[in-house]
Amino acid sequence: MPQFNLDINGRLHPVDADGDMPLLWVLRDLLHYTGTKYGCGIGMCGACTVHLNGQAVRACLTDVASAAGQKILTIEGLGQNGLHPVQKAWIAEQVPQCGYCQSGQIMSAAALLAAHPEPSDGEIDDAMAGNICRCATYVRIRKAIHRAAEEAHA
Amino acid sequence: MKLSRRAFLGSSALAAGGALVIGFNLRGRFQSNHDFKPSENPFDAWIRVNPDNSTQVVFAQSEMGQGVYTALPMILADEAELDWNRIEIVQSDFSRGTGGSGSVMTNYLPLRRAGAAVRTVMITAAARRFGVPESDCVAQKGEVVVARTGQRAAYGDLVEAARKLPMPDPGHVKLKDAKDFNLIGRETPHLDAPAKCSGRACFGLDVRLPGMVYAVVARCPTFGGSPAHFGAAKALATPGVLQVFEIPAREKDVFTAGGIAVVAKTTWAAMQGRKALDITWNYGPHAGESTSGLSEQMRQLLNQPPMWSSESAGPDPDHVPAAARVETVYEFPFLSHACMEPLNVTMHVSDGKCEAWCPSQSAEWTRTAIANELGISEGSVAVHTTFMGGGFGRRFMADFQTEAAQIARHVASPVQLVWTREDDMTHDFYRPAGMRRMRGAVDSEGNIVAWTDFLANPSIAAQWHKDRKMDGSELPGKLIYSIPHIQTRYSLAKSGVPRGWWRSVENSFNGFAVESFVDELAHAAQQDPYLFRRRLLHLPPQPGDKPSPDEPPFEPERLIAVLDLATQKAGWGKPLGAHRGRGIACTAAYAYLAQVAEVTVERNNIRVDRLVTAVDCGQVVNPNGARSQLEGGMLFTLSSILKEAITIKDGAVEQQNFDDYSVLRMPEAPLVETWFVESHAAPHGLGEAAIGLTAPAVANAIFAARGKRLHKMPFWMDEART
Repeated sequence: MPQFNLDINGRLHPVDADGDMPLLWVLRDLLHYTGTKYGCGIGMCGACTVHLNGQAVRACLTDVASAAGQKILTIEGLGQNGLHPVQKAWIAEQVPQCGYCQSGQIMSAAALLAAHPEPSDGEIDDAMAGNICRCATYVRIRKAIHRAAEEAHA
Repeated sequence: MKLSRRAFLGSSALAAGGALVIGFNLRGRFQSNHDFKPSENPFDAWIRVNPDNSTQVVFAQSEMGQGVYTALPMILADEAELDWNRIEIVQSDFSRGTGGSGSVMTNYLPLRRAGAAVRTVMITAAARRFGVPESDCVAQKGEVVVARTGQRAAYGDLVEAARKLPMPDPGHVKLKDAKDFNLIGRETPHLDAPAKCSGRACFGLDVRLPGMVYAVVARCPTFGGSPAHFGAAKALATPGVLQVFEIPAREKDVFTAGGIAVVAKTTWAAMQGRKALDITWNYGPHAGESTSGLSEQMRQLLNQPPMWSSESAGPDPDHVPAAARVETVYEFPFLSHACMEPLNVTMHVSDGKCEAWCPSQSAEWTRTAIANELGISEGSVAVHTTFMGGGFGRRFMADFQTEAAQIARHVASPVQLVWTREDDMTHDFYRPAGMRRMRGAVDSEGNIVAWTDFLANPSIAAQWHKDRKMDGSELPGKLIYSIPHIQTRYSLAKSGVPRGWWRSVENSFNGFAVESFVDELAHAAQQDPYLFRRRLLHLPPQPGDKPSPDEPPFEPERLIAVLDLATQKAGWGKPLGAHRGRGIACTAAYAYLAQVAEVTVERNNIRVDRLVTAVDCGQVVNPNGARSQLEGGMLFTLSSILKEAITIKDGAVEQQNFDDYSVLRMPEAPLVETWFVESHAAPHGLGEAAIGLTAPAVANAIFAARGKRLHKMPFWMDEART
């Protein structure tokens, strides 16, 4: 079985896996980074969103071979020095209900804010449309993204 | 922080010599418990004050997003005068069934009494220590203070003395005045939010144990089908696959499909192994079922005499004299729960014992189902309730736990049964589809004088008891409006599709039908739909109407107050512009609620712009959580009425995943507002309160915008008239 060296949250993790095994299952089952969630397996719900070299990607559609050698960031590594501003805004706006989708929501929002520090509602819609929340916390997610943007400029 | 059962019981054993432990049964039976023995603990939940001042509150419901992880401890801590910043929440292993919006409503008084018992005994202990009357002592933030002398003692320092005192009778302890609440009614951040924002919260699927393996099951796509034969060779040759075996269907109570289990080293390998199975299915007795066939069956049932109808003493409501009559047929589809976290259980069976980690709404039934399947006593089954990614009624069922037991008994190591999204979508217990014909009549003054409601559907109850006598329990109970001639009718449709409780159960379609039809009658009477409802609510009840002894009395003035509040906040009556409209609906199911929806309909595109809900739910425990439940409830419903439908073809569900089962996403989320009537009355639960309300409010707004009445969910502007 091939071995891959994965750079996850700034640490190197050697893993033995088939090259086409999705990063999602490598993270969850082999490395126990369970903050990245399984929701659909086909890139339709966003629960497994992680950053690959700063871009939001769906870990369920990213095979481990293509993730090797890239900088992978998961929810566990987002706030390297305490909480990331998006996480703080999420708590301040009391976003989570069941909380299952929120890792993916937060990772999508963090990538959005990195690219667009002051996103409009339209940009938020575009960036977040791929993340489903069945508890339907969308209204608070929108508020939290605006809050994170404002606090970054305060 | 979450502790495992072992860790918690371990620490409690160490603390047993010194802690004050109050156990309380959430069904209302209280006991003080000086000689606490964990293995014989008869309680669902308890509070533990330790000599080091640490305080643990054991939480006995399931947290699935409804906020009870915070709200229930708030109630207890407020009465007990604990220091909110220093309590630790521990999930009890044996959590009670959690559903029906009942957690706050049913636990409010028992938790307050238990808390008051702690406060009372601490005050007694302090009064004795300081030699002062109890009336001089005040409990606050985990200590007792003697105001006159300035003496104070922390609860932890009073524990030893308190343990020797007789416990106060919880039925007679003095509860706090609402004006003295320091937590109840205050905006309080959810205690589980930080863990849920950092990936640390442990959901069922996140359970990881040493040496554990993973399993998926190949189930027959048709309901009632089974494997005729199967070949496992290719699956077993798939890298990582460890075992392949058949598990039989269990038809009684738990309703599992059975199938072929594939056990592997990772979830991914198990999924790959499943794809490699060669299975020939026997598609079973329902292979011919289709959505169009069920619709036709229900339409025919509505044209035949009902199988059940309510007593109706006077004239046939369909023939009483009236100024205007309306007849309408509504139709609604099967719906999937589609919880974000697919179903799963982690289980270890060894030495005749079973330990399970389960995201379930009922650890109690989970334990029974596992014990039944394994043929061991319930005492040999430990069930740990994890956080769960949505519930909505789906996790009340015990099918996935039964399957896990069938698998785990053949696997040496702990095994996690994972349902893929496709499994979850195609083997749900669906909100029943249904069709109903409503007939109503108004007189020249705008009174509703007659009302018949004829529902045909495959019921949830008939799933459990095939020969059950029909009783009309699928229909709404007593209407909130005063109508002299009412009859409700019911006919059971045949279907092999499993049905179950979906957030608010029948209220999800009953609320839609009743409040849409009231709107149709308001228009038939040429009256404003808000004022029409308001006037009807002022009418005296009909002579034969007696309040049910099992339910709190209906208080129309509370409903009128929320109607007034919702319309005032929504700007009811103010012009909106072309293609736009407002609709209104109200209900007294769960709590007193009224909602105004604002929509824009351009060509065939329905856009919901704003939803305004006013509610009187009695005492609000945590406004933050209460608002969350209403906001989420409105949008959860909006998702179902604008987008969702499960359709059946050749006996199987056509939808597989979120690509063909669309749900509401960020760009479609309107503005939502919630307004509360301040009250200290007994609290009502809000988890399901908005569900029956948003559908009619939106349908009524669409009618106001475009003059077109939608009868079929999900809503399409170009729907064909049924």
